[in-house]
Amino acid sequence: MEARMRAITRVGTGQPARLIRLMGMVSFAFLAVGIFLWAFGKNPVRAYGEIFQGALGSTYGLTELLVKMTPFILCASATALPARIGLINVGAEGQLHTGALIATWGALTFGDLPRGILLPFLVILGFAGGAIWGSFSGALRTMVGLNETISTLLLNYVAVLLVEHYVHGPWKDPASFNWPFTAEFTEAARLPTFGSSRVHFGLVFALTAVVVLYLVLRKTRWGYEMRVIGDNAEAARRAGIPIGRYIVLTMFIGGGLAGLAGMAEVSAIQGRLRPGISTGFGYTGFLVSWLASHHPIGIVIMAFLLGVLALGGDMIQINLGLPYSTVNIIMALIFFIVLGSGQLKKMGA
Amino acid sequence: MERIPYLRLENITKTFPGVLANYSINLSIEKSEVHAILGENGAGKSTLMKILYGFYRPDTGNIYLDGTPVDIRSPLEASRLGIGMVFQNFMLIPAFSVVENIALALPKLNVLFKRSEMEERMAVVADRYGLSVDPRARVWQLSVGEKQRVEIVKLLLSGARMLIFDEPTSVLAPHEIEGLFQIFKNLTNDGYTILFITHKLREVMACADRVTVLRRGSVVGTVLRSDTTEQELAYMMLGEQSLHLDRSTKKPPEGRSKTVLELKGVEVSDDRGGLGLKEVSFSISSGEIVGVAGVSGNGQKELGEVVLGLRRCRAGSVLLHGNDATQWSVARILGEGVACMPEDPLVMGVAPGMTAQENMILTDRMNYFRHGGLFIDWKAVRAEVERRVENFGLPIPNLDTPVIALSGGNVQRLVFVREVARRPSLLIAYYPTRGLDLAATKMANDLLLACREAGIAVLLISEDLEELFSLSDRLIVMHRGEVVGSFKPEETDRLEVGLLMTGSKAP
Ligand SMILES: Nc1ncnc2c1ncn2[C@@H]1O[C@H](COP(=O)(O)OP(=O)(O)O)[C@@H](O)[C@H]1O
Ligand SMILES: [Mg+2]
Repeated sequence: MEARMRAITRVGTGQPARLIRLMGMVSFAFLAVGIFLWAFGKNPVRAYGEIFQGALGSTYGLTELLVKMTPFILCASATALPARIGLINVGAEGQLHTGALIATWGALTFGDLPRGILLPFLVILGFAGGAIWGSFSGALRTMVGLNETISTLLLNYVAVLLVEHYVHGPWKDPASFNWPFTAEFTEAARLPTFGSSRVHFGLVFALTAVVVLYLVLRKTRWGYEMRVIGDNAEAARRAGIPIGRYIVLTMFIGGGLAGLAGMAEVSAIQGRLRPGISTGFGYTGFLVSWLASHHPIGIVIMAFLLGVLALGGDMIQINLGLPYSTVNIIMALIFFIVLGSGQLKKMGA
Repeated sequence: MERIPYLRLENITKTFPGVLANYSINLSIEKSEVHAILGENGAGKSTLMKILYGFYRPDTGNIYLDGTPVDIRSPLEASRLGIGMVFQNFMLIPAFSVVENIALALPKLNVLFKRSEMEERMAVVADRYGLSVDPRARVWQLSVGEKQRVEIVKLLLSGARMLIFDEPTSVLAPHEIEGLFQIFKNLTNDGYTILFITHKLREVMACADRVTVLRRGSVVGTVLRSDTTEQELAYMMLGEQSLHLDRSTKKPPEGRSKTVLELKGVEVSDDRGGLGLKEVSFSISSGEIVGVAGVSGNGQKELGEVVLGLRRCRAGSVLLHGNDATQWSVARILGEGVACMPEDPLVMGVAPGMTAQENMILTDRMNYFRHGGLFIDWKAVRAEVERRVENFGLPIPNLDTPVIALSGGNVQRLVFVREVARRPSLLIAYYPTRGLDLAATKMANDLLLACREAGIAVLLISEDLEELFSLSDRLIVMHRGEVVGSFKPEETDRLEVGLLMTGSKAP
């Protein structure tokens, strides 16, 4: 019957349309902050100029952008994978820290092994550190029904404090003049960087993760079953899809990806474990994933955008005397506008 | 001078992407009448009502109330104009009491409301129109019929003069339906106007003053109930299609049949920890339809779930093809050829945001796994789904539209076809014709008989005694989780089954 009254009009709702809408909303956020800046007597055009100039105007800016994007993408993937089955993983920050912690243990203990063996081993340890942390929340959700949003959030604090404990205590480098640092990693434990820049091999992990995620979600049976769970868990259960297994597994892999970010930070950037290895990468990654509707390609685009903002934050601080939090306000505004408009659409307005 | 109708719709057209839901609708509704809107699923009834209620805006057309043009921009506006809608999914807060729910809905409520005063106002309305509900009961404790009455009281107290009911009977038991029609009468006697949406001819004949028939988004005509017959209405509603529902094409199953499912002394808990099934024992053979009669909520849900492995036995065992399947996983049971058409297909049977094609293979997806279960062969899926759509005459124009965009009846048909097409050995069918229109009901019944002919064992769970009697080879009656009767249909009659179902007669 519907066949006969088909096709009067057709409005695009596909990927390109979604992207355009998203870009519209992002511009709106910039406009809103621009008005805000202008009201306080700052020139918004110049502020934005500084932000983009800072990130995109020089080779140095560009390489630093890639450095920033690496943990953003990994942590966003850690959020996106569980999100596909309806889980809200806010724990990438903690998973990043445990990944860094376990990788550091490996680097300090087996630092004398040859590089070809040690590095892959550290990668595995970093992944495992995050994966165990993530799947712990997944198991709690499956077995006792504890909400994963709460457990991942709380475990973030535990993970950060664990790192603090080890760098202030057992692993503190005696030669650090009482600074909370571990000893520096041996050369064999350092993840390679590209040329003289700080861009490191973690970027390869991040891009691989995105591509694999895309393929798994789009092409495989797991992607299909995960989409069913995310869309209607009751129907999934009745179709014999093992939901509990998927919960633990997506949290395991997601956590592992965040753990890789942590491993790369200590092994490539810092060369040692110390507090503050992450400036909220896990949370920014969360933001990136939600802005991108958990879509792998969208994640790269959004990581780029937020990377520009994060770098630009430094620039406007130095050149315009504006606080760094201006950038946080822009991020928050984008987030609200995107989430808000999604909510409105759901309500049929 | 010409009499001005209470409400007039002029030239209303509404399109959705790819669908013309309402086309140039003209309709007049008089004060204090019961006006039925009759049409098959997808005819555009709900869309039209949502326009009246301010939920959708029409693309073109005008609405006049008492002769003045009105612009109904929102449900709030509609309620200001005295138009109220009783939804199928009641907009009530389960944890609150009835009075609290009603108080919440009133537009001019003081910050501190007097419960006793509220209860009094409720009682007045309830007495007058036969809408009795305990004002102190929590909403979650109420039956569906009671919730519906709460909705009506709510609308009356908030000043509605015209009440829209969108398929209100689909959720009600037979005696509750009669009660609702009585309420309609009481309300119209007092000057209220009722707009009653349905696709059931019998109900129109039972309660309407006038009937407007919609077909494919357009008005076919408006007639007085007293001037028409079921036949004529059916003709208006369906057009050229055949009306004949041949429910007697029963053939005795051929050859020797084997036991497919056997339940032995099965006991399970219900959702509240009570006993959902008590000592249930019976068996079904291939090529047999066993009908389960009972008022819903008497163990039907638990029965299907225990067979599917979704609910564990407290005692007893479930045998599939002679093997003990009591501890099997859902996936294994599905793999052994058990199929289920659940009671609420949209909630339990599909992923609404995924496409019709993707949903069509949800329960037999294993057949399309390739490379050790890593990939799904979407080409093979496409071919198979197209074959199913063709063979079963599924009215799905585009396999890539998300299921949420299909009408409820079509979702139901999609799930039914999916479960049948994967050639199960046992089919558990919950209310396979509930909410379906005539044509679709016939299709569903024919499909069940075809399953039986193909040697599938069918467990048919229904509240419709007529359907059960005409389709079943054997009937079992459930009451409070127990099997209280087991007959051949010709050995019993509706009265006996009806009494057993309601516990009015000892087994
Ligand atoms: N929100 C919507 N978006 C797209 N199509 C819709 C929407 N609502 C209804 N339709 C389509 O409009 C037609 C009429 O639907 P509806 O008014 O619900 O019919 P009825 O209530 O008579 O069964 C159907 O083909 C349905 O699929
Ligand atoms: Mg409808």
